[in-house]
Amino acid sequence: MKFHRMYALSLRHIYLIKGSLPRILDLIYWPTIQIVLWGFISKFFTLHTDLYNHTVGVILSSAILYDFLFRSSISFNMLFLEEIWSRNFTNLFVAPLKVSEIITALTATALLRTLIGIVPAILLATPFFGVSIFTLGPSLILLFLSLYLFGITLGLLVTSGLLRYGPAFENIAWSSLFLLAPLGCVYYPLSILPDWLQVIAKILPLVYIFEEVRSILLDNTVNYSNILTALKLNLIYFASAVFIFYLSFYGARKKGTLINIGE
Amino acid sequence: MNDVTIEINNLTKQFKNALAVKNISFKINKGKIIGLLGPNGSGKTTTIGMMLGLIKPTSGTVVINHKNIENNRTSLLEKMNFISPYIELPKKLTIEENLKVYGRLYGVKNLKEKISSLMEKLNLTEFRSRKTGELSSGQKNRVSLAKALINDPEILLLDEPTASLDPDVGDYVRSFIEDFASNKGSTILLASHNMNEVERLCHEVMMMKNGEIIDRGTCGDLIKKHGRKNLEEVFLKIARE
Repeated sequence: MKFHRMYALSLRHIYLIKGSLPRILDLIYWPTIQIVLWGFISKFFTLHTDLYNHTVGVILSSAILYDFLFRSSISFNMLFLEEIWSRNFTNLFVAPLKVSEIITALTATALLRTLIGIVPAILLATPFFGVSIFTLGPSLILLFLSLYLFGITLGLLVTSGLLRYGPAFENIAWSSLFLLAPLGCVYYPLSILPDWLQVIAKILPLVYIFEEVRSILLDNTVNYSNILTALKLNLIYFASAVFIFYLSFYGARKKGTLINIGE
Repeated sequence: MNDVTIEINNLTKQFKNALAVKNISFKINKGKIIGLLGPNGSGKTTTIGMMLGLIKPTSGTVVINHKNIENNRTSLLEKMNFISPYIELPKKLTIEENLKVYGRLYGVKNLKEKISSLMEKLNLTEFRSRKTGELSSGQKNRVSLAKALINDPEILLLDEPTASLDPDVGDYVRSFIEDFASNKGSTILLASHNMNEVERLCHEVMMMKNGEIIDRGTCGDLIKKHGRKNLEEVFLKIARE
């Protein structure tokens, strides 16, 4: 892998973001609205019933972490879709880029894009609702890492579909995370789900991540086995997604879609 | 100047419902400009796609500089480039940004000087900070040409490089390609429907029809062989046969 090629691919998106204030505002707007909305909803619950004591922090922290996951996945998809929309896709694939360089560059650039959106939301949560995600302590780094890996994994799977089936797969890019959210137990414990759904939910790393968030914030205990299970699952899914991406690339070469995907 | 740069051996591409390229073979020597002519759907773009490693052949090989593209895609693409009116550069990036991105992708040394020189030669200097999407089609075409030449390619594949350009800009682009080829000694494969362009630029022409190469020769030879007045008439004869 060559750094200059990965840097070039990132630079293309940095120029795109840097050159457009509406684009930057769009990145910041949705996470901020999400946090403000969940902040007021949880504040309302806390003020009107004892059942929701201490839950402003839990719900808001979960909302921030879920949005981080959502943004990282969407960012990865968007970087790929931008190339299709601008009809630049073929130019990139006739350049001397390796598939591994594309994945690495998009993964790094998606992080930058995600942070531009989520950092203002994290900073706003403290003065508006008295909630700081940093109360999760050092395990926050591992939780972020796990969520980022899962976001990129979903991004890789969606872009694999785009490579294989073309722009028609675009709608899946937007709906992929909404399909998984109910099973991820982001805002409620796993026990809420019916037994048969719990079995499915347990194969998702999200369940372990958000169970852990609640455990840290409500019980002040860090259960590293949850964090490790999430990381292990994420690594398996990520490796599988990379494999599928390679398969899709070779499938697209066979099908001839790389030369006219924007059309 | 007799080294074989491009060697296509028994190349075939079968898509799901169509046999796009049927067992074609040809060689192109270093420094030659070869025209690839044929009606729409004759297999030109698929052939170019296989030469760039974008499309996997069903059978046969594409050998460039004595290396098979299937196993050496990245290293060979460093020395190649491609231009087509059907693909574009990112519209929201300025000309300079686009050339910086592609210059880095191709690992160009002294990139700043290279970009300045290309912009000057292609009369783009005054537009360097303008977004590519805001340019006229002639200006966009020149930016695409600058991108295609950023790595001083040894092999340049041109798919209708002057399509939709007015005669003046078209002539300018043709002159530029002519100068580039003679100065750099690059090998060029030119797919075009503009017969005057092909007659002016190409040392030889290959005619494709229904996925096969049905004829090859200099423009003069083909005109003589088919008993026609010019290349356009040869093209029409072959296309309608």
